[in-house]
Amino acid sequence: MTTIPSGVPTAPRTTAAAARTTDLTKVYGEGETRVVALDAVSVTFHQAQFTAIMGPSGSGKSTLMHCMAGLDTISGGSARIGDTELTGLKDKKLTQLRRDKIGFIFQAFNLLPTLTALENITLPMDIAGRKPDRAWLDRVVETVGLSGRLKHRPGQLSGGQQQRVAVARALASRPEIIFADEPTGNLDSRSGAEVLGFLRNSVRELGQTVVMVTHDPAAASYADRVVFLADGRIVDDMPDPTADLVLERMKGFDAKGRTN
Amino acid sequence: MLRTALRNVLAHKARLLMTVLAVMLGVAFVSGTLVFTSTISDALRSSAREGYADVDVAIQPNSDGSGLGDRPALDQRLLDKAAHVPGAASATGTVTGFTAIADRHGKLIGTGFSTRGGNYYPGADGKDARYPMRDGAAPHGADQIALDSRTADEAGFKVGDTVRLSFDGPVHETRLTGIFTTTDGAVSAGGSLALFDNATAQKLLLAPGKYNEIHVKAAPGTSQDALETEIHKVLPAKGAEATTGRQLADDEAEQIAKSMESMQTALLGFAGIALFVGIFLIANTFTMLVAQRTKELALLRAVGASRRQVTRSVLIEAVVVGAVAAVTGLAAGIGIGAAMRALMNGTGATVPDGPLVVDVSTVVTSLVVGIGVTVLAAWLPGRRAAKIPPVAAMNSVHATATTKSLVVRNTIGALFAGAGIAAVLAATGMSDGKFVMGLGAVLLLVGVFVLTPLLSRPLIALAAPLLRTFGISGKLARENAVRNPRRTAATASALMVGLTLITGLTVIGTSVQKGIDKMAVDSLKADYVVSMAGLTPLSPEVAQKLGGLDEVTAISPLRSSEAEIGGNTTYLTGVNGKDFGKLTRLDFASGSLGDLAGGGLIADEDTAKEKGWKVGSRVPVTFEDGKKETLTVSGVYHGNEMIHQVIVDNGVLSTHQKHATDMQVMLKTKDGATDATKQTLIDALGKNPALTVEDKKDVSAGISQSIDLLLNMLYALLGMAVIVAVLGVVNTLAMSVFERSQEIGMLRAIGLDRTGVKRMVRLESLVISLFGGVLGIGLGVFFGWAAGELISASLATYELVLPWGRMGIFLALAALVGVVAALWPARRAAKLNMLTALKAE
Repeated sequence: MTTIPSGVPTAPRTTAAAARTTDLTKVYGEGETRVVALDAVSVTFHQAQFTAIMGPSGSGKSTLMHCMAGLDTISGGSARIGDTELTGLKDKKLTQLRRDKIGFIFQAFNLLPTLTALENITLPMDIAGRKPDRAWLDRVVETVGLSGRLKHRPGQLSGGQQQRVAVARALASRPEIIFADEPTGNLDSRSGAEVLGFLRNSVRELGQTVVMVTHDPAAASYADRVVFLADGRIVDDMPDPTADLVLERMKGFDAKGRTN
Repeated sequence: MLRTALRNVLAHKARLLMTVLAVMLGVAFVSGTLVFTSTISDALRSSAREGYADVDVAIQPNSDGSGLGDRPALDQRLLDKAAHVPGAASATGTVTGFTAIADRHGKLIGTGFSTRGGNYYPGADGKDARYPMRDGAAPHGADQIALDSRTADEAGFKVGDTVRLSFDGPVHETRLTGIFTTTDGAVSAGGSLALFDNATAQKLLLAPGKYNEIHVKAAPGTSQDALETEIHKVLPAKGAEATTGRQLADDEAEQIAKSMESMQTALLGFAGIALFVGIFLIANTFTMLVAQRTKELALLRAVGASRRQVTRSVLIEAVVVGAVAAVTGLAAGIGIGAAMRALMNGTGATVPDGPLVVDVSTVVTSLVVGIGVTVLAAWLPGRRAAKIPPVAAMNSVHATATTKSLVVRNTIGALFAGAGIAAVLAATGMSDGKFVMGLGAVLLLVGVFVLTPLLSRPLIALAAPLLRTFGISGKLARENAVRNPRRTAATASALMVGLTLITGLTVIGTSVQKGIDKMAVDSLKADYVVSMAGLTPLSPEVAQKLGGLDEVTAISPLRSSEAEIGGNTTYLTGVNGKDFGKLTRLDFASGSLGDLAGGGLIADEDTAKEKGWKVGSRVPVTFEDGKKETLTVSGVYHGNEMIHQVIVDNGVLSTHQKHATDMQVMLKTKDGATDATKQTLIDALGKNPALTVEDKKDVSAGISQSIDLLLNMLYALLGMAVIVAVLGVVNTLAMSVFERSQEIGMLRAIGLDRTGVKRMVRLESLVISLFGGVLGIGLGVFFGWAAGELISASLATYELVLPWGRMGIFLALAALVGVVAALWPARRAAKLNMLTALKAE
């Protein structure tokens, strides 16, 4: 596994908020078909912290991420990325915000098959019309261990390698926050562990902020903190999780689900 | 399987929309053509029947090859005899001839071909039943006429007005005494008719006492055939024949059917091109549908469907799509047919009225064509569907439609294209290479179709520098355009077909125009050419009048006379031998104009070779009056399209011609061609509306005008193929947007704004269209050049002209196609819901 070369200072840990929601509410449909996906959720994600969001299916964990990342509209309350309030932003501003301040990692990798690995990594900067920072890019590429594969197209890479390209793409533009949606869902356990390791390293060594949605307790154990959602509400907040602790907590939901 | 197929069609309504539209347009073109032609044909037939309703037997002069000499025309004596044969009720003599009518401003009414004069032939009651008078009375005497009501109304003439007429040159001022209505076919088809009293009509339009035709009406109880037998007994031995009215109507109907058939064939040819272009679109759509359904089809195979059943399910889908498109296309075609007739009636009214005719054969043809084309195009994708292995259903990562290596395809394409080019090049060197060239053109086209996937990468790479200026959108557009080479190729090929034809025809058209123009101007030294508007003969008076002017320094009328040389009918051109050299520039192979004025003849090379003449050969000629004379060949010249006959002096001809008429008059003036000179000439001719006085520039303009008209008609007809190609581009883009929705969702998520997405789709569209455009224009130029090599064999002054301006316009048109086609898909892509797109598997 790659380690950060000696001499590179590790990023200082701060407690400033990278993203924050206050009474965030999301409602789908109207009247009979009205569904409250998020019910006044207030949560803060700190800078240089790796947070996992967990919860059973339908708990609203993906919706929370989508709303915070400016991918979905907000019905009520507030969501902020850094100092920027998302409510009321027009599509153009939201797009710019995503482009400049947010990185994404998807379950299905979502790389462009027509572009090489390197082109995929620099895509967000190409969209912004910015030149990538060469030194940073090299460091990111080296961190995720893709140096020899930059000219390859996604079709020539394994699933794990593709997701590493996606991680590099998210890191390369130095966003304020990275949202990862089930990043290991399509990977075998070894590749998944690798990718999670990179995410953790990027937080510890590069000072990146990462928010990850997952339903896998093992994946969540890589995080510094786990936030549990159920029925659109935050029901628990666990610092320094381990896989066993998380699993225990999740069993509680299942039991509750059964008794209901 | 039928139910599965139907469900699939319903499930993919939106994606099949463009396919249905393309087939519909093609079918509408076909059925519109059929409805229009059968409607017109029907109307013309019924008008022909009506025209002969009052004619039981017609006596006409015949051309039974009785040779030269005085032909017995139909005269009063024959008419009287015919009127009194047993079973005849009455007989009418008809006289018709070209009659130019000037409107109130002195301009010619009609085009010159459609204005006629005729005789008012009163029957026993003193009236001509053919022409009932609406206003005023029938004409009497040399300077009275009656006009058909439409012409009179449109020109604003009233009874008592003065109307200026011309027949063969000089202007006649006449008084309008009557306005009549008529069912005459030519008039209801938009022509004009002026009537004179019988004697005047004969004198002006034919010859005193003679008729063009004699129409005999049968007494009640006498059949047409019986009357015809009786009439035969009174006919002169030769020069006239009798035919029943029914026969004449049938003959005319057949004639009409024949001329309609060739028009129909031409129009259907263009419809065929549009349908052919549609095939690319249909094949693309079905290929995509099959690819998207790989799993589903594999599942069908896994649960026991045979390959044939899978293919059949795709074909059934094609039949349903084709049937829907054919039915709507047929309805649209009937509408087009009706609209075309309304349009023609609204503008020129050259079509007689009649009901809209929708034959059973029209309906059947439309349905067969629509369904046939769709099934044909879906056949390959259907076979590909059958090849999907059942295991693909289980395999979650089965790649959609394996992209077979293009090596085999490229080899075949290269062979075809190579053979095609070789054949075309070989044909340019042949004396009669039409067939070989056509074959080569088809081979080359097929080769290029097969090779387009290969060509797409390098050609689209050429556009890279331009695309780079659009940043990431341009880069992605370029990558997307070459991503599915087969689909890009099929889309571009569809556009290529139309542009190849348009460019090729334009190159040939402009080159021919230049060639004819050069020949006309080069071979002509005359400043002016005077001719009749309808290209009818001119009275010699015109040349006499012009010859008398001080400004005119050289003049020659051109006469035509039939003669027999060595047993073959040959047309002699009579000229003024003295001035002919000053008016034309003939290129002599041997000899010279020399003794033309003194009674010699000159001949073009082809005729001389055929007859074995050399300078000094003595040639026995039998003239139109049957007399013989021996002429000496004075020179042999290189003939061209303008002048290519045996030429003699008018002095030689005049002794053998009873009524000399000129085809045109060429003349040279003191000051050359100037506006003042032209005005002098026009004034000298009495401001005759029927005469055209043209200088070289006018001749050139006339040539380019007629070629432009032809090209514009072809553009309009090929427009349908281009429209179908536009649908094809729309289809491809819509498919791409649909298939790449997850990618587009990701791009939007990581920060590409709507404008960027739109631009990406538009640029892809532009790149594909320009690819097709460049291929089409390139091929068109090549075919145009090659066809020109063949044409130059018969048109010596032919010269390849590359119409850069127009080619630029065509390329711009291709770009426009790209932009327009992308409008809807780009909007769809920009409006795509990011989350749904990302969540999709």
